[in-house]
Amino acid sequence: MTQLPTSTEKSLGLVIDLDTCVGCQACVTSCKEWNTGGHMAPLTDYNPYEGGADGVWFNRVHTYEQEAANGCGHDRTVHFPRSCLHCDEPACVTVCPTGASYKRSSDGIVLVDEDKCIGCKLCSWACPYGAREMDMDVGVMKKCTLCIDRIYNENLPERDRVPACVAACPAGARHYGDLADPDSPVSRLVAERGGVDLMPEMGYRPVNKYLPPRDRERTGPAVTAPALESADPQGGFLGWLDGVLSR
Amino acid sequence: MSKHPTNGANSAPSQRPLRVSNAPAEADGVDTSPRVSEEVKHSTCYMCACRCGIDVHLVGGEVRYIQGNRDHPVNKGVLCAKGSAGIMQHLSPARLRKPLLRVGERGAGEFREIEWEEALQIATDRLSRIRSTDPKKLAFFTGRDQSQSLTGWWAQQFGTPNFAAHGGFCSVNMAAAGLYTVGGSFWEFGEPDWDNAKYFVLFGVAEDHDSNPIKIGLKKLKERGAKVLAVNPCRTGYNAIADEWVGIRPGTDGLFVLALVHELIRAGRVDLEYLVRYTNAHCLVIDNLGGADHGLFARDADGKILAWDKKKGAAVDALGAELEPALAGAVTVGGKRCVPVFQLIAERYSSPEYAPEAVAERCGVPAETIRRIAAELAHVAFEEAIELPIAWTDWAGRRHETMKGRPVAMHAMRGISAHSNGFHTCRSIHLLQVLLGTVEVPGGFRFKAPYPKPCPPGLKPAGKDGGKPNTPLSGAPLGFVEGPEDLLVDENGGPIRIDKAYSWQAPVAAHGLMHMVIANAWRGDPYPIDTLFMYMANMAWNSSMNTTGTIAMLTDRDEKGDYKIPFIIYSDAYYSETVAYADLVLPDTTYLERHDCISLLDRPISHADGPADAIRHPVVQPDRDVRPFQTVLLDLGARLGLPGMVNEDGGAKYADYADYIVNHERTPGIGPLAGWRGEDGDTFGRGASNPDQLKRYIDNGGFWQHELPEDARYYKMANRSYLDFAVHMGFLPKADQIVFQLYSEPLQRFRLAAEGHGDILPPQEERPRLIAAFDPLPIWYRPFEQAAVDGEAFPLSALTQRPMHMYHSWGSQNAWLRQITSQNRLFVHRKTAAGLGLVDDDWVWIESHHGRVKGQIRLVDGVNPDTVWTWNAIGKRRGAWMLKDGAGESEKGFLLNHAISEFLPGDDTHSNSDPVTGQAAWFDLRVRIKKCDPAALPRTEPRYPLLETPPGIPPAPKKLSFGAQFRRWRETAK
Amino acid sequence: MHPAFSVIFFTTATGAGYGLLALTGIFFAFGAVPEDRLFGFFALAIALALVTGGLFSSVFHLGRPERAPRAFSQWKTSWLSREAVAATATYVPAAILGIGWVILGSDNAIVGGAGILAAIGALVTLVTTGMIYASLKPIPQWSSPYTVPGYILYALMTGATLLNALVLLAGADHSPVAFLAPLLVFAGWIFKNAAWRHNDQLAMPTSAASATGLKGTVRSVEWPHTEENYLMKEMGYRVARKHAEKLRLFVHAAAFAVPLALTLLSAVTGGTFAVAAACLAALVQVPGILTERWLFFAEAKHTVSLYYGR
Ligand SMILES: Nc1nc2c(c(=O)[nH]1)N[C@H]1C(S)=C(S)[C@@H](COP(=O)(O)OP(=O)(O)OC[C@H]3O[C@@H](n4cnc5c(=O)[nH]c(N)nc54)[C@H](O)[C@@H]3O)O[C@H]1N2
Ligand SMILES: Nc1nc2c(c(=O)[nH]1)N[C@H]1C(S)=C(S)[C@@H](COP(=O)(O)OP(=O)(O)OC[C@H]3O[C@@H](n4cnc5c(=O)[nH]c(N)nc54)[C@H](O)[C@@H]3O)O[C@H]1N2
Ligand code: SF4
Ligand code: SF4
Ligand code: SF4
Ligand code: SF4
Ligand code: SF4
Ligand SMILES: [Mo]
Repeated sequence: MTQLPTSTEKSLGLVIDLDTCVGCQACVTSCKEWNTGGHMAPLTDYNPYEGGADGVWFNRVHTYEQEAANGCGHDRTVHFPRSCLHCDEPACVTVCPTGASYKRSSDGIVLVDEDKCIGCKLCSWACPYGAREMDMDVGVMKKCTLCIDRIYNENLPERDRVPACVAACPAGARHYGDLADPDSPVSRLVAERGGVDLMPEMGYRPVNKYLPPRDRERTGPAVTAPALESADPQGGFLGWLDGVLSR
Repeated sequence: MSKHPTNGANSAPSQRPLRVSNAPAEADGVDTSPRVSEEVKHSTCYMCACRCGIDVHLVGGEVRYIQGNRDHPVNKGVLCAKGSAGIMQHLSPARLRKPLLRVGERGAGEFREIEWEEALQIATDRLSRIRSTDPKKLAFFTGRDQSQSLTGWWAQQFGTPNFAAHGGFCSVNMAAAGLYTVGGSFWEFGEPDWDNAKYFVLFGVAEDHDSNPIKIGLKKLKERGAKVLAVNPCRTGYNAIADEWVGIRPGTDGLFVLALVHELIRAGRVDLEYLVRYTNAHCLVIDNLGGADHGLFARDADGKILAWDKKKGAAVDALGAELEPALAGAVTVGGKRCVPVFQLIAERYSSPEYAPEAVAERCGVPAETIRRIAAELAHVAFEEAIELPIAWTDWAGRRHETMKGRPVAMHAMRGISAHSNGFHTCRSIHLLQVLLGTVEVPGGFRFKAPYPKPCPPGLKPAGKDGGKPNTPLSGAPLGFVEGPEDLLVDENGGPIRIDKAYSWQAPVAAHGLMHMVIANAWRGDPYPIDTLFMYMANMAWNSSMNTTGTIAMLTDRDEKGDYKIPFIIYSDAYYSETVAYADLVLPDTTYLERHDCISLLDRPISHADGPADAIRHPVVQPDRDVRPFQTVLLDLGARLGLPGMVNEDGGAKYADYADYIVNHERTPGIGPLAGWRGEDGDTFGRGASNPDQLKRYIDNGGFWQHELPEDARYYKMANRSYLDFAVHMGFLPKADQIVFQLYSEPLQRFRLAAEGHGDILPPQEERPRLIAAFDPLPIWYRPFEQAAVDGEAFPLSALTQRPMHMYHSWGSQNAWLRQITSQNRLFVHRKTAAGLGLVDDDWVWIESHHGRVKGQIRLVDGVNPDTVWTWNAIGKRRGAWMLKDGAGESEKGFLLNHAISEFLPGDDTHSNSDPVTGQAAWFDLRVRIKKCDPAALPRTEPRYPLLETPPGIPPAPKKLSFGAQFRRWRETAK
Repeated sequence: MHPAFSVIFFTTATGAGYGLLALTGIFFAFGAVPEDRLFGFFALAIALALVTGGLFSSVFHLGRPERAPRAFSQWKTSWLSREAVAATATYVPAAILGIGWVILGSDNAIVGGAGILAAIGALVTLVTTGMIYASLKPIPQWSSPYTVPGYILYALMTGATLLNALVLLAGADHSPVAFLAPLLVFAGWIFKNAAWRHNDQLAMPTSAASATGLKGTVRSVEWPHTEENYLMKEMGYRVARKHAEKLRLFVHAAAFAVPLALTLLSAVTGGTFAVAAACLAALVQVPGILTERWLFFAEAKHTVSLYYGR
């Protein structure tokens, strides 16, 4: 049903730390690997061994250079993973003519029901974040499921019930949890680190949050070391060595 | 279900499952608990040399999913982009399917499929003829080999000195500089103390072998608010997330580091106590300019190195336990003027030559930045020192109540090593670390077992006689020289080895010079060979310098019309560029189909907290007529009758590699695997073979790990508890203290020879270079190519970096990884481009003194303005890897190697290498860039003819729906 | 946005069809068109053929055309669903109108009422079509206030040009349509110019900095994939400025200037010349309005292109 739930019990989502993301693409391929055999299987690849290679991916990592505005930090290179933000006001859902797109009222996950989707692409037009991926081969829209087939999966050991990308990220830059609960570890992390919404002015109210790179001058580690003084030249060259040392 | 529900790297509260992870009631019909797999097997990843633990989920014998093993000491559950794309590596359409015998011209890719028996017979006939006549005519070079202890041993038993793996073109500078200075090295033999460091300096690293541990570590540092300082011309990856980026000019790190040393010495901010206890800073050096003993250590009659005891006022055994040594001042010992090493260090580096303002311009780093960093280092090392409440006993039996730490850690890799001054630059970094007292202390840089070893390790290279017919070498072909007498040179000072390793051109070539094998064999310099036998090295493409020339050499013929390199045997698992140049191709399995052993005898996966090793075992069965290379090598060894590979009755000693892994003993009780030794598997390290050993590994998740007791985890070079353990494990011959060699006497021995002292002398023409390079203390000189070419004609340094999601050339056959990168750009600083009238997306010629290659540019700010760079090994040859013609990799991707020469500019007697170690100087490359004719086709050059597809390999699919089968399985199973 | 031919064809054809239907329905109700059954047949047949053809082509744009009926279900939220419902509903009065006029030859109140209802249905459908685009916030050129009126206006304009030709072909001179056609073309032209002027100075509703949550200037250095993917093919479509300028000139001429001149000519002249001019106007307008629609897509920028530095 494309009518949005008035509220959801939980708002599950990801928190991505741009301060530690090294752009390694692990979250990208681990997502692909899990999901190509997962809930929305397969994630088709076209021309996989030739020019024009293309395919369905739920998560993609960009690289940007940020020229910091006057006085707020250094210029940087920033790696930026992008996947569905499981918005609270997702027009991708409301535009859907078939009810294939929906937002779950229990956990807030935005999903596509493949059996209903007619592949009209409208939801991908409605998503400002580019989080929807059309599988041309199957003719339906696919997207990040927040690993719905992992996070509750009783066939997985409990410790593995997290999204594939969160488990894989070698830099520990990805976090997951209930962002509706202000006391949840992710919410606290977001509060501590000043996590932000992407394109807040679009009004989609994304659940996923991004932790901005630490501003080095102010919050980054600064070593306040006094300048080095020349050692006392009184004792002549290497006079400072005179202390008794023993082996 | 696991005993540790939250272990692993990503187990912060914000990375764990929901407290209640039951599916909520939601009437959308989603199956939230689908079956994942039928079976999970634990093995080891081999998409790179990091060797992470993997859990392979299988459905009907097919790989459904590969995830990181949370219990594994290397990756603790995380998995990189390559590891997660392992399925596509395993299913690559470029997999070889059957042995191939060349039928067309070399390089055309025309082959006939043959049976294994025929292939092995051809190889045996050829190799047995070589072995019974002149074994050195076999050059056996094994690139990205993870079984060098087997392949090296095989070469030794065969009797050829011409063996090496890829270390010579990779990072021998790091290995050698570390091993000759501190008895271990950055490379994979040590790691920063991620849990305690407060200041971390990273020199010249894009990704490195420890790829997952470094990322896990960086995260830990960030969490604790430690400062990360990156020294690198390029601001990508790790350097992008550093708190401070020093965009240094390539090849000048030595200067930068020695300027830091200058500052510390000027201010007297060095850890003298540490120097005296753990290094040779107090050892006396003979000052007898012009004499044959000048620069050697003063020794007593027993050969013990001497120091000056201030209290006794006498020269005493420097390595004794109780002395109060002088670190400065001249003394006369045995009639000779002597000075302590530290005096030499202080004198040299306090000179204005190394002052920050003197180097700033050349490094491209402002003097005040250098001064500030020196002050920060000193501050953290000395004012923020830490102390772990752990009592330990030193080598001399003295008890220390705590473990003191100076929390400054450093790590460095190929940005340092791949320059012709890299050996000394790396030694400079070790000098800096040691002066601060940060090696093997809490918060500093730590060794991983089996390191540290004596500096250098006692093993000498064998093969001085060049190899005798039907006779094994007296020892391993690779080792560590300590003076001219250890070199592999003939009576004229000429090289014995085909790659000229251990000759006067590369005396400390601890890993050989793989990059010179083809050029030397083609030139017949020092002699022609009969057969080039290679394994896992794409030498006809990305691991050669001068790729165009290399391809020509591989196909060049002599006057009689025979190939100048008569026969090439090659083992690869995939249709790489090099396969096309082989006469006989031995197809290997993929990493999920074979046994392997990640051994302490080789390049282990130990952690600083304790040794570890691991295995691979077949988790799926090959569907092709391929065999594991190690099994084939043992089979060949048995057919050749190589000692150790045959029983008394002449039959094969090992059924296969798995049998070897379990039953081979290098020395009694010590074999490839350290875990579960002894008949019942109840010991480790030393013990009889255990027939159940592999099973024990498999049951334990594919690895074995031993945690050192707390008191053995630091100060390993001088820690009684650790040293005894190391002897028990066979890591060390004796439990003696390992003394860091700030002053390297072996280097001085080579220099003395170059000055005409001794019996073994270098040829005249080599002497000036040797005198310059063999300084016993770290020095800096301009990288050779930079010094040799006209700086105005070639104003830019050109570098490559490893993409984190690609492993050299293999990644491009991977349907997933190549979507991320199938074209590499040349990254150019925005201002530099503007100066050249270039705009984003322009096509340019990248021209060096040697050659040129065409590529497309991308403008960036995060690069040193005098540097351009590109991703390594994305460019591919047309037709290789089963990529269809027109693929981005061969249309737009380019290989920088075409522009890199294997010889120095205008000097084809010296390879483009470090003069000490023979390390390939990839990053010395200087180029200019020029806009291409806008009318020219937007595609890369040089352009090669299309390689034919070998017989038996079906065409690659147009579409992949991998995973659909698992959905069907799941849905029908319900 | 990627200008997919099926969608361009769909919106142009249904636009013209609904325009024609709406005008025919109203004019019929007020007796302002020939009551001739043959004329009625042609006018309604052409209108419904255009509408039906357009709707069919839109179905083939779908990834799963066989599931098209599902598109009716979400009329509570989805403009596409509403369009489907409105389009289908419009067939009812249109059918009554057709049966009454063409088959029964009647012009009673019921048939006349059906004409008005068909016109309302057509207009409502046009509004829903326009709203599909106008409701997409990530595409400022579409979510602009010009989108819905534009859809209605161009539909009525093309409908009027068509109707004018049909009326003249039926031999009826001095129909009010003769003046309405050039008037609508002229209004359409003015409106298009205003819409273009508005769109050309539209900024993205957001920025690369906001899209990434980073402060300062944010420049794309590397894409997540070397070659174009679905997002880039669908949403990252770019038309070169020069090319767009040429196409706009063509739209000025073919969709507006020439039809305006020809419809005016047809209004002030008479006989075969007027018929020929009116027919030509309708024909020339086809490529003109197809190009207009192509540009509507091709010139529209989606916020996702910010992520790609485009
Ligand atoms: N310009 C430039 N050139 C460089 C470098 C650089 O930084 N810049 N780096 C250099 C360095 S450090 C290195 S180590 C080299 C690496 O260069 P190479 O040693 O050539 O490494 P790869 O490209 O990984 O190729 C190894 C070969 O092993 C094959 N292979 C993969 N898996 C298997 C297997 O399971 N069995 C067998 N038998 N074969 C297999 C692959 O198909 C491939 O043909 O490149 C060097 N070249
Ligand atoms: N993903 C992935 N991982 C790999 C590999 C791979 O191909 N892919 N290859 C493996 C192999 S064989 C090796 S040897 C290791 C190598 O691992 P790295 O040492 O990370 O090797 P490179 O990618 O060559 O990176 C060299 C870095 O040094 C910088 N650099 C170049 N010149 C200088 C200089 O003069 N000074 C300083 N400070 N920096 C400089 C470059 O900008 C670059 O960032 O990686 C291993 N791991
Ligand atoms: S990110 Fe896009 S696809 Fe995901 S919920 Fe928000 S609008 Fe929908
Ligand atoms: S493509 Fe599918 S999910 Fe998206 S709007 Fe259309 S029917 Fe709904
Ligand atoms: S949550 Fe799952 S589906 Fe979403 S990006 Fe991460 S791995 Fe992919
Ligand atoms: S896996 Fe982690 S570090 Fe790597 S790109 Fe993804 S978020 Fe960044
Ligand atoms: S770093 Fe990646 S590719 Fe290398 S072994 Fe680990 S998971 Fe495999
Ligand atoms: Mo390497």
